[in-house]
Amino acid sequence: MDLIYTPEQNAFRKEVRAWLAANIPAKPLASFDTQEGFEQHRAWEKTLAKGNWGMVTWPKEYGGRGCNLIEWLIFEEEYYRASAPLRVNQNGIFLLGPTLMEYGTPAQKERFITKMASGEEMWAQGWSEPGAGSDLAAIRSKAIRQGDEYVLNGQKVWSTRAVFADWVFCIFRTDPASERHHGLSFIFVPLNAPGVTVRPIPQLDGLPGFAEIFFDDVRVPVENRLGDEGQGWNIAMSTAGFERGLMLRSPARFQETAKRLVKLYREHSNDILDLSIEDAVVKCYMDAEAYALSTYQTASRLMKGGKIGSESSVNKIFWSELDQLMHETAMNILGWRAELWPQSPAAGDVGHWLDGFLFAQSGPIYAGTNEIQRNIIAERLLGMPRK
Amino acid sequence: MDFTFTEDQRLFCDNVKVFLQNEVTPEALRKSWESESGRSPELWQKLVDIGLTAMLVPEKFGGLGMNAVDFILIAQECGRAALAEPLVETALVGVPLLASLADNDERCAQLLEKIATGERRIAVGHSVNNLISDAHVADYLLLPNGNQIHLVPREQVHLVAQQSVDPSRRLFSVDWKVTEETLLTNGALGVSLLAAALNRGALGAAAQLLGLAEAMVGLAVAYTSDRKQFGKPIGVNQALKHHMANCAVKTEFAKPVLYRAAYTASTHPVHADFAVSHAKVAAGEAALLAAKNSIQSFGAMGYTWECDLHIFMKRAWALDKYWGHAGFHKNRLHQWLLNPNAKIGADKTFGEQA
Repeated sequence: MDLIYTPEQNAFRKEVRAWLAANIPAKPLASFDTQEGFEQHRAWEKTLAKGNWGMVTWPKEYGGRGCNLIEWLIFEEEYYRASAPLRVNQNGIFLLGPTLMEYGTPAQKERFITKMASGEEMWAQGWSEPGAGSDLAAIRSKAIRQGDEYVLNGQKVWSTRAVFADWVFCIFRTDPASERHHGLSFIFVPLNAPGVTVRPIPQLDGLPGFAEIFFDDVRVPVENRLGDEGQGWNIAMSTAGFERGLMLRSPARFQETAKRLVKLYREHSNDILDLSIEDAVVKCYMDAEAYALSTYQTASRLMKGGKIGSESSVNKIFWSELDQLMHETAMNILGWRAELWPQSPAAGDVGHWLDGFLFAQSGPIYAGTNEIQRNIIAERLLGMPRK
Repeated sequence: MDFTFTEDQRLFCDNVKVFLQNEVTPEALRKSWESESGRSPELWQKLVDIGLTAMLVPEKFGGLGMNAVDFILIAQECGRAALAEPLVETALVGVPLLASLADNDERCAQLLEKIATGERRIAVGHSVNNLISDAHVADYLLLPNGNQIHLVPREQVHLVAQQSVDPSRRLFSVDWKVTEETLLTNGALGVSLLAAALNRGALGAAAQLLGLAEAMVGLAVAYTSDRKQFGKPIGVNQALKHHMANCAVKTEFAKPVLYRAAYTASTHPVHADFAVSHAKVAAGEAALLAAKNSIQSFGAMGYTWECDLHIFMKRAWALDKYWGHAGFHKNRLHQWLLNPNAKIGADKTFGEQA
């Protein structure tokens, strides 16, 4: 155990800090759940890609830097410290990207990873259906093979940013006679293909962050299938591991929020009557640090050849509930200002906490509800009986 | 940057785990409750023989020259087995204190050699605890008096036994006379050694609390998988699964906090307060939740003397308050974090680095 950064790691941190300071847009970008904001964020992704900062852990041939996981953590720490824009292509780069590296053919990697890394193609996720939420294996949308094509029919829902994205990665039932986890395949669909209808669903903030996607005889080439036919469930579960675990929610994001919460508390401490708020502030900071420590531990273990397992479920519960507690605490500190949108004249510079509070409500729900995660922990990590 | 234990550290820990599983069974613990001392000299000698009391004794005094990081996994195993012998207090708390003085104090040097061989035993007092555990089986007591630290032979103190809820614990209040002969150190050095001892004490308690938490969850999982109601194991019910999953989340996220605290306590003892208090609070919460959710899972059985759960549950209740209760440690966290000059942020997780 050696908890000292190497000189190279310190130099890397300085390099990231300097590049971000020189390149981050001067004005905050509009929400990426608007057309204007989405394109601003796409432009930022292209800027990142030009500097080879889009996905630092990816191999150089895909626009990355071949960084190890500790360097990735350092990059993330600097990224959030600098208040850099949120990653509009996170479904692509954090979820599909690593899955493609593992299961993609050389041609698929060449075709999809390169354009994902360059910021040219933005991805949405198409897994949930009206009848398949927590019970994902209840998927009914079909992909029927006809020659070198699949013909897609069905409906997906809760697809984040699908309103503006270019592609969606889906799970379809390729074997109509199959049930549950069998007979599913992982298929990429361009959202401008004939027969695709994307209908926006406004989220809590009123913006079209979600979409439902309808497929009516949509045709895609067989080359758009990732992995073998029928292997979709296993590939999806490996993607879900990334989603719940390491990649999607790096600890720096929460540490930065916790640091701002401490600052907010200090600034308002004279107005605070509820004594439990101070305790919550301290708990938030400590928990954010615990999440970081846990991630450093996992990263160190993976770098020595370890594998990620059920801990991704443990992680998902921890960060989502931490994010809720941090924003609830901020709302408690803000009192009468808590309900104000950022654009309200009286909101001052604290209105962004409301956006964070609304988004924090989704954490325990998406990427597999925390109830499902608790079942996974009880059954797979602890060995409790299923039946 | 490498936040893992070495193969050797893991392997040694696994061996100790197996040893404790075989020696420190619930039956053996129950038997020890019947004896007056509650302790087994034979078991202590076995712990000595596998080198556990010598781990943190410097090599020049006949020890293995290891540190708190090497010992922390062992301390967790002591908790998992609910070991009653004061191994953690001796090896992790008392020994490094003596080692800090041994270069200039022959008494400490000799005592360290004899602790390593098992010929002598110590107990550690500290103002944060009021009572001293295992003073009755110690040859010497390390006792604070203000900023002074004394090394007092047991014959020179008067012990009054105090009954703990945990039948394995042996606690004493100590009456003793301050004399010049027993003084080891005082002044600034005394203050810093007592502060470091407190941190190592809290660290050892935190490690045991996590071992206890996992032991309790293990018992509850086994019971709920076995016990049938309405024609199926009660463990199939989500309510019980989620009780246990909540314990696992707390425990898993307390571990890296504990390991950072062990690392900081051994590499930068002066800056370890925050890390150690974080670990003690997190481990205490994990163990108390495991106790509460486990007894709930056992139902009426959990409320009986016959059920082994209380062996672990009572130790958890006791250690959560030992070496500083949650209020003490949270107070240190508050003072550190809310200080306007506190250096906080993601780039400071491992302290100020170049």
